Amino acid sequence: MATKEAQSGKSAYKPLSMSPKEYKAFAKSREPSRSVFRNCLRAFLVGGAICLLGQGVQQFFMTVFHMSEKEAGNPTVAVMIIVSVVLTCLGVYDKIAQWAGAGTAVPVTGFANSMSSAAIEHRSEGLVLGVGANMFKLAGSVIVFGVVAAFVIGIIYWLFGLEG
Amino acid sequence: MRQGERTWVFPTPPVIVSTGTVVGPDEGAGPLAADFDLVHPDLEIGQPSWEKAERALMEQASDIAASKAGLAKGQIQYYVGGDLLNQIISSTFAARTFGAPYLGVFGACSTSMESLAIASLIVASGAGDCAMAGTSSHNCTAEKQFRYPTEYGSQKPPTAQYTVTGAGAAIVARHGDGPRVTAATIGKIVDLGIKDPFNMGAAMAPAAVDTIQGHLQDMGREPGDYDLIVTGDLAGVGHPIAADLLQRNGVPMERTTFRDCGLMIYDVAKQKVQAGGSGCACSAVVAYGHLLKRMKQGELKRILVVATGSLLSPLSYQQGETIPCIAHAVSIEA
Repeated sequence: MATKEAQSGKSAYKPLSMSPKEYKAFAKSREPSRSVFRNCLRAFLVGGAICLLGQGVQQFFMTVFHMSEKEAGNPTVAVMIIVSVVLTCLGVYDKIAQWAGAGTAVPVTGFANSMSSAAIEHRSEGLVLGVGANMFKLAGSVIVFGVVAAFVIGIIYWLFGLEG
Repeated sequence: MRQGERTWVFPTPPVIVSTGTVVGPDEGAGPLAADFDLVHPDLEIGQPSWEKAERALMEQASDIAASKAGLAKGQIQYYVGGDLLNQIISSTFAARTFGAPYLGVFGACSTSMESLAIASLIVASGAGDCAMAGTSSHNCTAEKQFRYPTEYGSQKPPTAQYTVTGAGAAIVARHGDGPRVTAATIGKIVDLGIKDPFNMGAAMAPAAVDTIQGHLQDMGREPGDYDLIVTGDLAGVGHPIAADLLQRNGVPMERTTFRDCGLMIYDVAKQKVQAGGSGCACSAVVAYGHLLKRMKQGELKRILVVATGSLLSPLSYQQGETIPCIAHAVSIEA
């Protein structure tokens, strides 16, 4: 049977002989390239478009409701968050993000998407253990590092007497 | 039964008497749609959670396989199954409705051939007359567990793969008509240091190469003895790497057809699946749906299905561990 052929060494192939280091370099060279320039351009265009939309909304509040620029800030952010959440719920936001890369991640819309997507995803585990516990799964680190950074900057301001 | 280092050769080869394949909408839009028993138009499958949807896929695939074989559920003596979710809940919960003695196995995406090899061993050894092997995966459960929430906006790199939504089941029996499982080669863990969970094709390629060579060596065969050697889910990045490694090692793969289920299930150029398909169901539905159909039509006489699996967990990659990989090969003859 086939065993005899095996014994005769008919198929004595070389074993895998690459070290992990060699293989990593080999695999790296086989990865399809990602155009950094194209990704940056797309992120710039989409991120800019989101900010432009935000600017338009702010202008709307200022003209229609006669708010000051500062007063219009909060309702503008709220509108942008709602738009992001609606797009997330419709299953569109992740598709835009695949194209836009960091363009949709950086503005407040990205933050809203990270929270709402986690909330939708974990709804099946209930309101407390699911939605409540997982909503900040992705956004939590933004808050933690945001607070830490603000604290450090605050200390620096205080030490050098730069406040107010 | 054992031949060479790690190959089981079955003296009376078990027969794959029937299969059941169920897929989701993206697989239904792919080139193999006509070969699947049931195509769902949406990912929810009428269930309230992704996990329940995956379970439903597994139940449907087993039901279809049982009814095609003309067997009542109670007549299946063993059910060997596994999936990607923590504690393999899809298989276990599907087995709960099934009532058959159950062996849960985990080999990540290699589970399809791992379970088929074990089911065949059960039948060939005389431990049972009839056993079912089944596995499932769902794009959204896999995303949820291994990556980010499904609706989270993050850009996937071109090396990433798209988890197949579907389930495949095969019933092997001592007697009957159908393709026969003649041999199975059990894979070893191969880890060549890839850490990127978005590049599992490259991580798994060496495991596929190791098992293919091990199988050929144990069987005293060469690639030309097979009409088709197909890997499970190496996809667009991993499959060419595997082909290159085999060539470097002097394996004459040009004498056979060397393909990958992850590249067959989708129209990779048109569908937005990055490098191609992955997941337990990828090799299961392609092998049980498409390939066995081609064997029945007489287009293929002897094939080797090499299902590949990345045995990582969300915890292990967050802790910076490399990805251990495995591949199990099953030889099927018409």
